[in-house]
Amino acid sequence: MIHARGLVQTFQSREGKKKTVVRAVDGVDLDVAEGEVVGFLGPNGAGKTTTLRMLTTLLRPTEGTATVAGFDVVRESEQVRRSIGYVSQAGGAFSAARAGDEVVDHGMLYGMRGADAKKRGQELFEQLDLDGLWTRMPKNMSGGQRRRLDIVMGLIHDPTLVFLDEPTTGLDPQARANLWEHIADLRRKRGATVFLTTHYLDEADHLSDRIVIIDHGRIVASDTSENLKANVSGDLVDLQLADSADVQSAATRLGSIAEAGRSGSEAVEIDGNHVRARVARAGRAVPGLLADLGSAGITLESIEVHRPTLDDVFLTLTGRSLRDAQETTKDENQTAPDAELVAAGQEK
Amino acid sequence: MTFPRECFIVFRRQLRMNLRNPAWVIIGMLQPIMYLFLFGPLLKPIIQELGVDNEYTFFVPGMLVQLGIFGAFFAGFSLIGEWREGVIEAERVTPASRTALLVGRLIRDLVQLFVQALILVGLGYALGMTGSVKGIVFGVLLTMLVGGACAAASNALALTTKSEDVMAPVINMVMMPVLLLSGILLPMTMGPKWLQSVSDWMPFRWITDGVRTSFSGDFARDPMVYGTAWAAVLFVLALWWGTSTFRKENA
Repeated sequence: MIHARGLVQTFQSREGKKKTVVRAVDGVDLDVAEGEVVGFLGPNGAGKTTTLRMLTTLLRPTEGTATVAGFDVVRESEQVRRSIGYVSQAGGAFSAARAGDEVVDHGMLYGMRGADAKKRGQELFEQLDLDGLWTRMPKNMSGGQRRRLDIVMGLIHDPTLVFLDEPTTGLDPQARANLWEHIADLRRKRGATVFLTTHYLDEADHLSDRIVIIDHGRIVASDTSENLKANVSGDLVDLQLADSADVQSAATRLGSIAEAGRSGSEAVEIDGNHVRARVARAGRAVPGLLADLGSAGITLESIEVHRPTLDDVFLTLTGRSLRDAQETTKDENQTAPDAELVAAGQEK
Repeated sequence: MTFPRECFIVFRRQLRMNLRNPAWVIIGMLQPIMYLFLFGPLLKPIIQELGVDNEYTFFVPGMLVQLGIFGAFFAGFSLIGEWREGVIEAERVTPASRTALLVGRLIRDLVQLFVQALILVGLGYALGMTGSVKGIVFGVLLTMLVGGACAAASNALALTTKSEDVMAPVINMVMMPVLLLSGILLPMTMGPKWLQSVSDWMPFRWITDGVRTSFSGDFARDPMVYGTAWAAVLFVLALWWGTSTFRKENA
């Protein structure tokens, strides 16, 4: 459904008199198969939305090529637009217009007949639990209802590929869980391919078959959530020793089963009478470790095994936790509006 | 017939939203009426200097141009609100022509201007304005050409600045010299030579003169030619600018 090679988007950014070229997206390769649900994960400012805007024909790539739904995003942009649904962060229905009118007009801009668009829109309202809100103005809807209305607009022309940009940002937990159900239905009930961006780890984890992680405009990983966690991080084994004199001895033994490539004492972290290390498939390795420690006469106060989270994956891949990454990109974001203005000149 | 259809969908959506807002309808209608009743009488004592038999014969064409220019200048403000809510982005991701997204909005502005023009001309007649019917029809058309140009420019400016706070001072800065140098309220010929020479550089002065001449039914005179030419040039330039911002607008 999506094949992108070497996508690059550069913006000119200005800080005082100094002009710099920012490579917001810096050589992205991406393949999404039909029927797949892919989570595009990264901190704010990593290049998620910019990539999405290139794939949805809203922004012409500075370099590289992409075909979406079988059409080239530059040369066949109109066919791409016909085949995809795009739900942007900002939404798409005007707050002071009637919801149903916005949906029908949107469908008609896709070439649908008014009556068909209305029929289809009302079906979608029912499916997305918006019954009875056809004549309501979006400004009088809840955050969750508005997001679902945005999704209705993105689905009005029955696209086979749906792009969702940060679909649950700003929603309360219940509305979020409810929206997740509807997003999962996109494939379950409609067979659609879904490409969604998010900076929430749990969201990517919960919804997607595969997670693509982007940082500083580059793809740093692409795999299932399970594999990312298993291959990259291993499980965290945390031993609490009864006697702190045993710390070194325990660290050596834990180190011997710690992740390949990070063997030796470096992989083992000592913190008071705690000894921690990442161990691949800890469930299998721990019984042997316990026997080893027991035969050496080391007594444990407790043992804990933590399955890795996507945050651990991100930390291993980039050297920063996702939360830290959000903090450091804040400053970069402040110059972003300027950068976008200049970039406008590069579009078609 | 896709393009006209897309323009119509965009136009109908805009008109529907405007008509649902009573303030928009009432202010739009009251504007020409207030100008006629509250400013027109001030011209009565200087009828002879204006070279007309009735103050409204001078004032109505000028008022028409003013509504065309200034009403349209503000058209872009509503676009910023739409842009902020993602409407423009959502429209741009449909296969609809980018030009249609702009033109549909321009038609809304022109319909508003046309209704205002009807009120203005009707009231003008009632108040004793004289003019040729053919000339008035042409004058209104010329005004709509200028109004379309200003509305397109305003939309382009809106999508470029994306901020009411930036756009408002820019429009004020443009409006002041246009209002003062176009001879809309008083003819430039009343002023000193240097002021007239300055106003020669103001395209909208030629257009105002053109509409005024047209109302008199005298099509053969210079101001008609210059006025029409300027209106056409401005319209083409503004439409090109507006369309290109809709194409590359980075929402």
